[in-house]
Amino acid sequence: MTGWLVASVGLVGDGTYFGWDGFTIQSGNLIVIVVMIILFVLALVLPFPGGKRRK
Amino acid sequence: MTAGATPGHGAPVDEADAHTLTGRVRRWLLRKLPPDKLLPEDQPVFVASWAYVFGMGAVASLLWIIVSGIVLGLNGPQWYHVSSLGSFVNSTHLWSVELFFIFMVVHLWLKFWMAAWRGGRVLTWITGVISFVVSIVAAFTGYLLQTNFDSQWIAFEAKDALNAVGVGAWFNVANVGQLFTWHVTLLPLAVGAMVVLHVLLVRVHGVAPPLEAAESDAQLRRDRPGPAEPPEPAEPRGDGR
Repeated sequence: MTGWLVASVGLVGDGTYFGWDGFTIQSGNLIVIVVMIILFVLALVLPFPGGKRRK
Repeated sequence: MTAGATPGHGAPVDEADAHTLTGRVRRWLLRKLPPDKLLPEDQPVFVASWAYVFGMGAVASLLWIIVSGIVLGLNGPQWYHVSSLGSFVNSTHLWSVELFFIFMVVHLWLKFWMAAWRGGRVLTWITGVISFVVSIVAAFTGYLLQTNFDSQWIAFEAKDALNAVGVGAWFNVANVGQLFTWHVTLLPLAVGAMVVLHVLLVRVHGVAPPLEAAESDAQLRRDRPGPAEPPEPAEPRGDGR
């Protein structure tokens, strides 16, 4: 029980925050947003494998 | 009773003869979603694009969320908080949720800029929106079930907002037992039902074409003003008639 409690406490951290002029965002949230934007752009520009063979 | 009037069990039925409730439902379903539409052999050429991958990516993530969630639920918190394998499965449950939302949001962006509600696909769009909203609530209850100080913090930050909108009595974030029921039964059923309906509607109406390929879509051509539309008011005649 004690080990479980200690492990749980250890999992909770403050996190890393970035901020500019009153705007603050946690690093995890920023990474997810950046990944989504990158995937969006790549989906538009990257050729689809085998796409030209399809009718 | 003659064999001709009542087909035997399993014998082909003339769809025009459907007169019972089940017969009419079958006729309606087959008209809306015939087998070749439900399980198509091929897709239009524009579907061979990364822009058409993210919806199915979200569905694949959802399947793993459900599978890992069942494993977690059956083994219980003592297993997934303490054992290495339990922690691993717990982590895959979290990361498949992250992927589910990432894929769903990219899917939403791509379909928004494609105006995917065109051609009678409004209900497909709306079921997607509802799936997204219900998924947020399902994920929220998952964060509340971490049973650590994080979940305690989230619950007590959220309770005031939920009480303020008047749902706190039925959706009590401080009641772990109630939240467990929401998270493992009601909300997964709601998300699953909306996603199934969304995918079935995609099959019924077909995938939305890119803006530049609108001419290739039968539903968009059908909705386009054509000869069946009322004609423009005629020019006034010069002879006064």
